[in-house]
Amino acid sequence: MIPGQPVDTGSRRPGFGTYRKEGKAYSTTLGLRISKGNYVDILPLSGKYVPFSGDDVIGTVTDMTSSNWLMDINSPYPGVLHASESPWRVEFGATAKYLELGDNVTARILSVDDSKHVQLTMRDQSLRKLRGGHVVSIPYAKVPRVIGKSGSMIDMLKRYSGCKMLVGKNGKIWLDGEVENIVALAKAIRMIDEGAHTHGLTDRVRDYLEKTFPAANE
Amino acid sequence: MSYGDLMSMDLPEGLKLIDEEGKRLDGRRADELRPIKIEAGVLRRADGSAYVEMGKNKILAAVYGPRECHPRHLQDPTRAIVQCHYNMLSFSVDDRKRPGPDRRSVEISKIVGEALEYSIFLEQFPRTSIDVYIAVLQANAGTRCAGLTAASVAVADAGIPMRDLIPACAAGKVADTVVLDLNKEEDNFGDADVPLAYIPRTGEILLLQMDGHLTQAEFDRAIELAKGGCTTIYGLQQDALRRRYAFAGGDAQESEQEAGGNEA
Amino acid sequence: MSQRSPLSEVKKGHISTLLSKGKRSDGRNLDEMRPVSIIEGAIETAEGSARMKLGNTEVAVGIKMGVGEPFGDTPNKGVLTTNVELIPMAFEEFESGPPSPMAIELSRVVDRGIRESQMIDLEGLCIEPKKEVWVLYVDIYALDYDGNLFDASSIAAVAALKNTVVPAKRFGKGEDFQLPLRSMPISCTTVKIGDYLVLDPTLEEDEVSSARLTVATDENGDLRAMQKGGNGFFTYEEVKKAIQMSTEAGKAIREKL
Repeated sequence: MIPGQPVDTGSRRPGFGTYRKEGKAYSTTLGLRISKGNYVDILPLSGKYVPFSGDDVIGTVTDMTSSNWLMDINSPYPGVLHASESPWRVEFGATAKYLELGDNVTARILSVDDSKHVQLTMRDQSLRKLRGGHVVSIPYAKVPRVIGKSGSMIDMLKRYSGCKMLVGKNGKIWLDGEVENIVALAKAIRMIDEGAHTHGLTDRVRDYLEKTFPAANE
Repeated sequence: MSYGDLMSMDLPEGLKLIDEEGKRLDGRRADELRPIKIEAGVLRRADGSAYVEMGKNKILAAVYGPRECHPRHLQDPTRAIVQCHYNMLSFSVDDRKRPGPDRRSVEISKIVGEALEYSIFLEQFPRTSIDVYIAVLQANAGTRCAGLTAASVAVADAGIPMRDLIPACAAGKVADTVVLDLNKEEDNFGDADVPLAYIPRTGEILLLQMDGHLTQAEFDRAIELAKGGCTTIYGLQQDALRRRYAFAGGDAQESEQEAGGNEA
Repeated sequence: MSQRSPLSEVKKGHISTLLSKGKRSDGRNLDEMRPVSIIEGAIETAEGSARMKLGNTEVAVGIKMGVGEPFGDTPNKGVLTTNVELIPMAFEEFESGPPSPMAIELSRVVDRGIRESQMIDLEGLCIEPKKEVWVLYVDIYALDYDGNLFDASSIAAVAALKNTVVPAKRFGKGEDFQLPLRSMPISCTTVKIGDYLVLDPTLEEDEVSSARLTVATDENGDLRAMQKGGNGFFTYEEVKKAIQMSTEAGKAIREKL
């Protein structure tokens, strides 16, 4: 779909990525039409991540003060992680002891206000600092493709490459393992990014992985 | 084009802008556009981009954003702002243009940016800026319209939510005839120029200028021609975006979707 | 894509680990340039032009000419002006306004590569000694930035000069003629990351590098201009190795021009 193009919703209601005017629905975004439950959504093919409360994301420290860290979350809006929302008991002024510039973490969006000020939290067992490894970014819209149906794509990527892999809803992906494997895995993710909208994507990625990681073939 | 000196030039002896058969210097009829080529997604670094050739105009547009707004005092807590920069490269015209903005390019940036602002759902991105850069590599009259046409495709390519695409083209008067899409010679020696941006689906006019001399009836005819031109260009903008993702014809796959954020 | 993260030790570590295994993240060898593609003469309003891609870095160069006065100390030579514009279209960190130190260094290095190699026969651009000479503007615009604008700019400038026709007719100075050229200097740039030297760095590599050396060589493999940049150092052995890498890469590129 193309911005301004009428969306035929049939018996469903126009959902994400649409707007209504004089009773008719139109697409707002360059993307694919997807029917989901009672709604017809437009799944964007590009664009910036807009933080939503409850999303699990990967953030990178870009700045810090005595009591909080500023995180790049692949969005126009940076996320603020207050020391009290971190997993550590941080004394005032000692933020750098726990996270330095450039460090990556998994975090959850705690709250987003009307002007899109974003608070993050790491106060959950599953959220942590990411040591080592490498972070790549893709448009958030393509995250579902990297995960695949019931996690089929991400399972395949992990199985062949032998790498650990964490995917944030914001499109940041953390990879850890042997450096050659990380590079090859990053290339597979780039393939998914560039071919996210095409048919036969899974097969092409599998072919690539089989060629690149012959030993991993069970 | 430095308007002033060119407008005062006389038409060279024996040169007819429109011949006996109604054909123009480049062989077009009065209601014909120049050949147009539009390509989306031509730059890697920018969030969205497009390239437009309209006759001998060659124009690149790039979009960054929505992103943090600089300078900060322009930030709006309720919506995004659009900052547009139209830039003629020094070698895009016959006499070298000194790099950097002049009064003409600042004016064009303003009106093109305002047209784009209307088309974008700005309230979805408070406090941010959407930065649009238009670079004219080669100019041959009609660069503001071709620039807006390119910029609108670049905004869509960036995945920014918008009401619609904005096509633009000019009409004008040459040798007592109202014609569509003036080229450089016609612009230099013609009698009037009317650049127009118009969304065919809604009838909304988003950019309109006029200079020269037209009767009210001629103006109506010029708008009619320019609207026709915009309708054609609108289709080409859509085609360019479809080609960008090689949709085999409309909505590729209807598909299922999984929630992200899976943990290893 | 969006806001760029600051360089982490993690990222540096990743690139260095790869280099220690003789690899780069885009799969190139350490002494390998990215693919080069050049379109010459695509801009009709310019006297000469080139659009060039070096990997994902892209520049457009246009040559404009006019008639002007010679400088007092070179009364029988044409005037050459080289200017690099880092327009914000190319990169989120480039800003409009007065040229940055980076843009000025780039302009001067490209200018030196052309001027000091005596690539252009500036005496052939004299119309009347002390009074009238051809003035030549080499204007280079970055359109898409992924590192190493030094080489993209200078190679594209050479390509554009090669197809430049002096517009004598338009200025009432006789018949048009091909811009007189004497040699073809090619610049190639090497950066140092940890203890490794890599040719033609991407932006990511540029950012983790400590020092940079640009070397312009001619068709004989002779040196025509050099520039060291960055706040790190080279040993003499490293300089020699960088020269050797640049010379070899320069040869390959010259064949494409």
